[in-house]
Amino acid sequence: MSDDAADDEIDLSSLNDEDLTAQMHDDLYDGLAEEIDEATRILLNRGWGPEKVLNVALVEGMRIVGIDFRDGILFVPEVLLAANAMKAGMAILRPLLVETGAEPIGTVVIGTVKGDIHDIGKNLVAMMLEGAGFEVFNLGINTDVDEFLAAIEEHKPDIIGMSALLTTTMPYMRVVIDTLTEKGIRDDHIVLVGGAPLNEEFSEAIGADAYCRDAAVAAETASALVMARRATA
Amino acid sequence: MTETILSSATREVVIGFDRPFVMIGERINPTGRKLLAQEMKDGDFSRVEADAIAQVEAGAHMLDVNAGIPLADEPALMARAIKLVQSVTDVPLSIDSSIIEALEAGIEVYEGKPLINSVTGEDEVLERVLPLVAKAGAAVVAISNDETGISEDPDVRFAVAKRIVERAADYGIPASDVVVDPLVMPIGAMGTAGQQVFALVRRLRDELHVNTTCGASNVSFGLPNRHAVTGTFLSMAIGAGMTSAIMNPMHAEVKTAVTAADVLAGHDLNCASWIASFRDPNATGAGGRRGRGGRRRAAPG
Repeated sequence: MSDDAADDEIDLSSLNDEDLTAQMHDDLYDGLAEEIDEATRILLNRGWGPEKVLNVALVEGMRIVGIDFRDGILFVPEVLLAANAMKAGMAILRPLLVETGAEPIGTVVIGTVKGDIHDIGKNLVAMMLEGAGFEVFNLGINTDVDEFLAAIEEHKPDIIGMSALLTTTMPYMRVVIDTLTEKGIRDDHIVLVGGAPLNEEFSEAIGADAYCRDAAVAAETASALVMARRATA
Repeated sequence: MTETILSSATREVVIGFDRPFVMIGERINPTGRKLLAQEMKDGDFSRVEADAIAQVEAGAHMLDVNAGIPLADEPALMARAIKLVQSVTDVPLSIDSSIIEALEAGIEVYEGKPLINSVTGEDEVLERVLPLVAKAGAAVVAISNDETGISEDPDVRFAVAKRIVERAADYGIPASDVVVDPLVMPIGAMGTAGQQVFALVRRLRDELHVNTTCGASNVSFGLPNRHAVTGTFLSMAIGAGMTSAIMNPMHAEVKTAVTAADVLAGHDLNCASWIASFRDPNATGAGGRRGRGGRRRAAPG
């Protein structure tokens, strides 16, 4: 701790819009939830719409976090703190976004497949997707095809994400995709898969749209594929 | 005093309280090793052979063998890997798969008493794996999770482990042949992951009287300078009474931490292994000796 730590205290409300959003990017990077909460309120009070706050301040800040995580500059505990700070901002924005009818960049239904109880990596992916501006419905672990179908019916997601950490459980991803195909709804969604034992070849073989090596790649891939789909729609 | 005895055709290894910590080499595992996975799938097992030899040279007492490759014939790969590894090293093996047929295929060709890795507390898994273990007269790694997941409550994980030990007994498998894995979570995602394991290991030892193991590298997932964290974790786990781990003995920081913890836990009589590992190999003492151990004349014949 430096002696003048107290002098470094920044009065967020004294910053102009540009400096404040830049400060929010820094505060997300540093995982400061209270500061993000405060700055989010300040921007809203200045008349910013919730969608603008989300995109200019939070999503952009998390994009920087994602890049440095991918490049090995930030590490898992730091990303979790950043996601937690983002969550503080989202808690304020979410009801407003619903009120204004703003559309998220996309909607995601994600779960660890049936028979598999590994949670941590999938949750990291869910957080990075939220950070990228997606609305994420996390179905948890041990998710069977009926649970996926029910969530798809309810949330009409752009993206279905599946995780598996065991060679015994990863084939279940194919069961889910085959069921979507049977029901004629496979092409209504982007299917992303991930987990330690997987690879591109497996992803292709079971008919997924992409294999995502880690949480940062998942967020990048999700954004890119959703944009591409919107462009052709 | 619980002893889990594993063997190859010619060598026995004992996992036990108050004994040197058993290092089980983790490298023969295609998960996250793209090149190894591709080679094994294509029938090229040269890296498996090299990894086996290198890990034993680095001090592994046992080796874990995993052939979990997507879209491959895992039972056939497992059988081939087990045969190959047993032909180039004499350490006992841990046959590692979540696919029952792969465990069967490995057991089929194995010479000696293997460690079967693993059974969980899920009913279906218990019913399929335990009869195999009993029939093979093997020992088994018991992972303390069940259908509901990996509990963050150490009491729940202890209860799952207890249930597995009891179910094993129903199949005639003694508690000494059940090595419990308390499940090591990444400390970077769960700040209590270390303390949970240390508390569980103590209870497993004092109340269930079972040996313990773990996949040690998991603890440092997502952190920089991982090997130092893994090594220190293992030192602390040994302090709590852990008796073996699936780990990488080729990472000097990890291996040194384990060896030093063994000295401090009183498992290395007269610090003999430690000294043998670290004596300056080039120092020449009075009378031309290079430390103890070199002056015994070769036995005749």
